[in-house]
Amino acid sequence: MSEIELEIKGLNVDYGLGEQSVHAVRDVDLTLRRGEVLGLAGESGSGKSTLAYGLTRLLPPPGVIRGGQVIYHPEQGEPFDVLGLSDRQLRAFRWAQTSIVFQGAMNSLNPVHKISTQLTDVLRAHEPGSTRAARLARARELLALVGIPADRLDSYPHQLSGGMRQRVMIGMALALRPKIVIMDEPTTALDVVVQRQILGQLVGLRERLGFSVLFITHDLSLLVEFSDRIAIMYGGRIVEQASAAGLHKDSLHPYSHGLLHSFPALRGPREELSGIPGSPPDLRSMPTGCAFHPRCPHSFDPCVRRVPELGAPQGRPEQDRSVACWLHPAS
Amino acid sequence: MSYLLRRTGFYLLTAWIAITINFLLPRLIPGDPVMSLINRAQGQLSTQAIQSLYVLFGLNKDESIFVQYGHYWAQLLHGDLGLSFAFFPTPVASVIADSLPWTLALVGITTLASFLLGTALGVYAGWRRGSWLDLVIPVTTFLSSVPYFWLGLIAIALFAGVNGIFPSSGGYEPGLVPGWDPDFLLSAVQHSLLPAVTILLSSMSGWILSMRNMMVTVAAEDYVTVAHAKGLSERRVMVSYAARNALLPSVSGFALSLGLVVGGTLLVEIVFSYPGLGFELFQAVGAKDYPLMQGIFLIITLSVLAANFVADLAYLVLDPRTRREG
Amino acid sequence: MRLNAKTKIGLVLLAGFALFAVIGPWIAPYDPTERGGDMLQPPSAQHWFGTTHLGQDILSQVLTGTRGVLLVGFVAGVVATVLAVLVGIASGYLTGLAAEGLSAVSNVFLVIPALPLIIIVASTLPGTGDWTIALVIGLTSWAWGARVLRAQTLSLRRRDYVQAARATGEPTWRIIGFEILPNLTAVIASGFVGTVIFAVLSEITLAFIGVSDISDWNWGTILFWAQSQQALAQGAWWWFVPAGLAIALLGTALSLLNFGIDEFVSPRLRACAGTAKVRMRVGFTPVLRREGGPGE
Ligand SMILES: Nc1ncnc2c1ncn2[C@@H]1O[C@H](COP(=O)(O)OP(=O)(O)O)[C@@H](O)[C@H]1O
Ligand code: SF4
Ligand SMILES: [Mg+2]
Repeated sequence: MSEIELEIKGLNVDYGLGEQSVHAVRDVDLTLRRGEVLGLAGESGSGKSTLAYGLTRLLPPPGVIRGGQVIYHPEQGEPFDVLGLSDRQLRAFRWAQTSIVFQGAMNSLNPVHKISTQLTDVLRAHEPGSTRAARLARARELLALVGIPADRLDSYPHQLSGGMRQRVMIGMALALRPKIVIMDEPTTALDVVVQRQILGQLVGLRERLGFSVLFITHDLSLLVEFSDRIAIMYGGRIVEQASAAGLHKDSLHPYSHGLLHSFPALRGPREELSGIPGSPPDLRSMPTGCAFHPRCPHSFDPCVRRVPELGAPQGRPEQDRSVACWLHPAS
Repeated sequence: MSYLLRRTGFYLLTAWIAITINFLLPRLIPGDPVMSLINRAQGQLSTQAIQSLYVLFGLNKDESIFVQYGHYWAQLLHGDLGLSFAFFPTPVASVIADSLPWTLALVGITTLASFLLGTALGVYAGWRRGSWLDLVIPVTTFLSSVPYFWLGLIAIALFAGVNGIFPSSGGYEPGLVPGWDPDFLLSAVQHSLLPAVTILLSSMSGWILSMRNMMVTVAAEDYVTVAHAKGLSERRVMVSYAARNALLPSVSGFALSLGLVVGGTLLVEIVFSYPGLGFELFQAVGAKDYPLMQGIFLIITLSVLAANFVADLAYLVLDPRTRREG
Repeated sequence: MRLNAKTKIGLVLLAGFALFAVIGPWIAPYDPTERGGDMLQPPSAQHWFGTTHLGQDILSQVLTGTRGVLLVGFVAGVVATVLAVLVGIASGYLTGLAAEGLSAVSNVFLVIPALPLIIIVASTLPGTGDWTIALVIGLTSWAWGARVLRAQTLSLRRRDYVQAARATGEPTWRIIGFEILPNLTAVIASGFVGTVIFAVLSEITLAFIGVSDISDWNWGTILFWAQSQQALAQGAWWWFVPAGLAIALLGTALSLLNFGIDEFVSPRLRACAGTAKVRMRVGFTPVLRREGGPGE
């Protein structure tokens, strides 16, 4: 197996302090390996974005990281905890090692600055010695990488289409040749054709440039196609983790199964899935035991009482697979 | 450029409405106070002056309202605003011409300074929300709840008067003759400091509060989070991403605030007997000098429209989305 | 809706002012216009706020004046808010020339400086009692509220449930009354409070410069007399300080109320609970590890 790039251990994130706080991410353990595409799926509100932004402390108030570690393994040198970095160290770490393509891609570009300004300022911040001409040349290269003509450098965001803006963001994410690119529903706002086009391009770039991707979506079918491994999130916890093929063939957690066999509703809000009855849990008053039990078709005695631990299921010889469900208790 | 055309059209419309209000007001009111003033000044008024007041205040009852309106415009376009009664027999136009520079200097400079300072403070207070800088809220709330003129009174009581540092009234030392000589300029600056600080203190709080709130709102926008994620320096994120965008509504809301600021400033002039439009307006009110009041209203409105137009130009420069190129 | 501390303080202060507006003239120790022997006296046991040049008791003037101030502010606020709601919702919900026209008119009234306009209107009118002043202020200061309401209505109109109601042919008045208006309550309330603040300041200003009837006592009238009798030159600070502080306190109470409403409308402005201990920084999420586990 390939080396470890990023290791999330026992991550806990709350919104708010004190009694009214919402526990949006609960005891999450997740490992990203060098060069892989790790998919993270789950219904809207399951905590995917919170997990992704929490890694580099980018959550908006009232977000608070209440525990855990995010261990980054550089190619050379000792692993370190990203959450323990000072502000200066963290600023240097951001974008150079992990870049993010945000969920709200349409608003990710500042409407008042030209594309060139927004592409070059990140270069200037991390490579203060570079010349302006060198930065502009690099910006042109980045646009070429994502298939946008160089004359768009002088455009303002409002002059680009949604798909183009998203590509600019992907190009920007690659500006410093990061080791990890986090993509939070990067294509949800786009139409299906453009979505596939951009994702295909991304996978190609990954093969050329060799970064690893944490790919977040609520559309599991996309992940099955484009990722190496998949983690499923429910109510702030990872409930299943497996290779894409393995999960597709044989999902163990009833929630994963539901996700796989549901499809976006044709009418109504995009994120509404038909296939799993009931609605996502209220994070303020989570069900006891397995959070999925009120919606689970297989719920049985222990589910209501005790939280199932995420672990390798008994009697499954394949490695690298874990699930949190009483149907498949950990060995 | 369609943006500028639209704005210009709008200001022309507004100017036309303001002038028409000025035309209609005296005609809607029963009784004619101007008539009694004319009667009192009988003998001292030339027939031409009486004629012009008749046109301004609609005293020619046998003319139709449209004919009156035509005459009114013709007279305005000649710059004839009638005679002032408070400063009899000076024409309103020259009373205004004397006091306008004082107001323009005082209000222009202080408004600009207050906008810049208030915005800068608001940017900082909004950025460092949750720190001790949150104290600006109660302080500015209190300051913006106090009428400008009352603050002026307090300032006079504290810093001016017999043994104060500053003169309490007037625009310059009584013996001096207005001109571009150092004695006069020094005296003018000395006389305008206290009113200027009063206006600054009162009007700044509005800018601080609105800019702070805009900063808080903008700081949650995606592009600011992206800027943080890019590892840009704190300064760069604060200035180029948050403040730069928070400034837009502030500039487009300039119109709204300017009217209030100008209103308050006129009052400060009254308290300090500063020889500007506000003090003239006060004297006009006291003497029931309707021609002067109306003339001042027109001039203030037109100046505010001009200032708004400048703010629109600034907005055009600041927000690329209003520029339609290609 | 839970009230936050700001709103509570604002409401308590306002209730106090309302109480004085009702009982002020009865509990005033003297007749505010009655002349006394103690002329221009500083605050004392007999005259808590001192006396005027005619020996009038300033405390009694402030107490008696509260009613006029609140009455004018409230009436002007109601008039302006009703106009703002009518114009704002009509120009935001309807389409076509009428809507455009209404919106243009409110923008015009927004840029015409209000105070000079109020001054010339009020001084052209024959009588200038409290009610007249209230009407003039109300009729000239609705534009700001109308603009805000128009913007809100425009965005509500695009919401799914409104679109759905329109598609099913529900009558316009029902959509406005049941789908739009309830969602505008907070904005309307905040506009009302804002207009009251403006109206109070305007009426006091009008009284101060002598446009309104000086036989009606309000805090501006006190300041008018203080100014015209050279209270400053005579060192009679007590003549203008109490009225000014009363204005400031009333204004602060109303502003506090408005902050509460603003925070209710836009949650981003809400201060987070527990900020005393942890500063919530945008861009650098605080790390508060409970366990004190490994790491730094
Ligand atoms: N700013 C916030 N304040 C309070 N709660 C929040 C905030 N942002 C997200 N949450 C809560 O955290 C949960 C997870 O949200 P999120 O991470 O955005 O989910 P996802 O990305 O999977 O859709 C949601 O249920 C939401 O209620
Ligand atoms: S633990 Fe029980 S309730 Fe939860 S998913 Fe498994 S079977 Fe269903
Ligand atoms: Mg999300």
